[in-house]
Amino acid sequence: MTPGSPAADSHPVYEAEDPHLAKRKFLDDAAEHVRDTGHRAFVRKALGGYYINRDTQQARYRDWEQARDAASLAKWSAVNRLDELLPKFVAAFEANGGQVHWARNADEARTIILELLRGAKAKAVIKSKCMTSEEIHLNAALEDDGYGVVESDLGEFIQQLRGEPPYHFVFPCMHVRRDEISDLFGRHLGTPPTDSPEELTMIARRHMRRLYVDADVGITGANFLVAETGQISITENEGNARLTAALPRMHIAISGIEKVVANLDDLAVLLPMLATAGAGQPMTCYNTLYAGPRQPGECDGPEEMHVVLLDNSRTAILADPEQRDSLHCIRCGACLNVCPIFKNVGGFTYGTTYQGPIGSVITPHLRGLADWNHLSGASSLCGACTDACPVRIDIHHHLLHNRRNAAKTAPNRLERLGHKLFAAVASRPWLFATGGAVFRKTLWLLKKLRLPLLGDWLATRDLPAAPAASFRSQWRARK
Amino acid sequence: MLVSLFIPCFVDQMAPRVGLAVARVLERLGHACEFRAAQTCCGQPSFNSGYWDEARAVAIRAIEVFAGADVVVGPSGSCVAMMRVFYPQLLEGTPQATAALDLAARTFEFGEFLVEKLGVTDVGARFPHRVTYHDGCHGLRELRIKEAPRALLRAVRDLELVECDEPESCCGFGGLFSVKYPMISTAMAEVKGGSLARTDCDYIVSSDPSCQLQLDGWLSRNERKPRTIHLAEVLAGEGR
Repeated sequence: MTPGSPAADSHPVYEAEDPHLAKRKFLDDAAEHVRDTGHRAFVRKALGGYYINRDTQQARYRDWEQARDAASLAKWSAVNRLDELLPKFVAAFEANGGQVHWARNADEARTIILELLRGAKAKAVIKSKCMTSEEIHLNAALEDDGYGVVESDLGEFIQQLRGEPPYHFVFPCMHVRRDEISDLFGRHLGTPPTDSPEELTMIARRHMRRLYVDADVGITGANFLVAETGQISITENEGNARLTAALPRMHIAISGIEKVVANLDDLAVLLPMLATAGAGQPMTCYNTLYAGPRQPGECDGPEEMHVVLLDNSRTAILADPEQRDSLHCIRCGACLNVCPIFKNVGGFTYGTTYQGPIGSVITPHLRGLADWNHLSGASSLCGACTDACPVRIDIHHHLLHNRRNAAKTAPNRLERLGHKLFAAVASRPWLFATGGAVFRKTLWLLKKLRLPLLGDWLATRDLPAAPAASFRSQWRARK
Repeated sequence: MLVSLFIPCFVDQMAPRVGLAVARVLERLGHACEFRAAQTCCGQPSFNSGYWDEARAVAIRAIEVFAGADVVVGPSGSCVAMMRVFYPQLLEGTPQATAALDLAARTFEFGEFLVEKLGVTDVGARFPHRVTYHDGCHGLRELRIKEAPRALLRAVRDLELVECDEPESCCGFGGLFSVKYPMISTAMAEVKGGSLARTDCDYIVSSDPSCQLQLDGWLSRNERKPRTIHLAEVLAGEGR
């Protein structure tokens, strides 16, 4: 541990050791999590206030559905001309004295950042909330190289102290009770217990102030890149990202290439929608545009500013016209907040950087469909996510598309045989009717045998007794 | 109007009373019903599992079975969504693409058909009970049906309609999801079933026999009240 870096309770497990175990682990974790009814109720309750605020704010729009159309169009038009907008952003940003670095994958991104830190002779790094840094497992890489790293976002700071990855990519510690935070601060920072959210925030702030000044490098994410002006836009509620970007002598922003938008007009549509969909706010408290390092004559700001543009399989999604709209995602988290799967299995069960419905769509692209298709399977396809998405990503239908793609590329032979048999039977009405009758007549026996699938149903749910006659036979008798 | 009944396979075998109730309501309104016995399944289990080639074979059969029918009406938002929303996607670019779109335009969910197509909300039913309505997700979000069943219920004499605190939450059925991920499916049933049970109603009205299977299965196992009833049974005045 280096100065400034808080000692974590345990080492975070960012990736399953063996990706082939991902599905097994998902099922085990889900089974364990659903038994924790107290935790599930806590998460539902935590989101209760969000629903009220979101509905209130959406109602203040003249037409929320039209706003969704506009936001979707802004992202669609940007994602479909990255080749034009990204160079435009780079030219404008570099004209202001910033430097852009292109990273094809996580490895390249980490290497770029470590080289920048070495060049700056940095020791201490402060970060604001940045999911792309989670995606590339940056903290572990920095700590392995001896840098002290502190998360300055309150939720991320709490998760860092707990030695856990974010539970939810917008609300990283939504699963943690206030008394647990108080205990955590007591253990790590030696502060007295308190039940006041304001006091807990002040404890973290007091701890953090000195660290902003001591840090050599500030690392942030970017919510949007504005091509027209060469600015990056960062949205936050605590002011910590401003300090992270402004006080250290070097600022590094990591951004996925899909974050670019054409101009400030598009940004003006997206910023309030991000706030409303994501947190039920009219606007997030701080929305800041950063255009480059300190300019001659300015009294503050970093001496150097770098933007790392990350691909990491985004171009693979871009190449898939069917799922290209998943690059519209502005990471608001609205789909998680309404997802019954997320609310019942919790954020950690996914085992991914991006949890919830959008995570289940994109993770197979980031990490491989064969090993991560189970996330697409783990959905009742209820569609609450798609209705909640402010940029109209067809989320739940993409889960279907992933299932179809997996059945083509990595079919489960037994399952495929089952569906072939079913199709063969369903194509022969007499056989289908006979099979149905046999099922109905022998259901009492089948229930006793506890066969796979039927047994899985019966473990937690009853099944009614079969009626004496089918509809088709009663209909015949009726005529 | 001659209505061609689309009876989902598990209604045929496990809930024939729902199909018969649909016919009774339509006939009472002066429409004739036919049942084309060559119909089997809509293919949704295979489609949702990703086995689209297998689902396509079943879908093509269904399109042939219902060829020439003026209107096709089914008592399941889910199975109707399969025909109306997903057949055109499944058959896009195949010789049956036009036929799929044609069938989609003629296919209706039962409650929706009454309100949107026939313009009827009062079918003359009486049902002296306090009920709540469970929105099935496919009806709600694929077919955008929300008001029609409620309008029908409000017109039923002596019926009191109340809303639960999770009206748009999924019951967790999801077809094969319910047995492939039974722990998640059951947790969802617990949330939705609990919310419905808290309304202290006599019945949970649904337009989806598959949701009914899930909710009744959970409620029965946990010895909770009430039980579900299909909208068609309420409108036929057949409270159990």
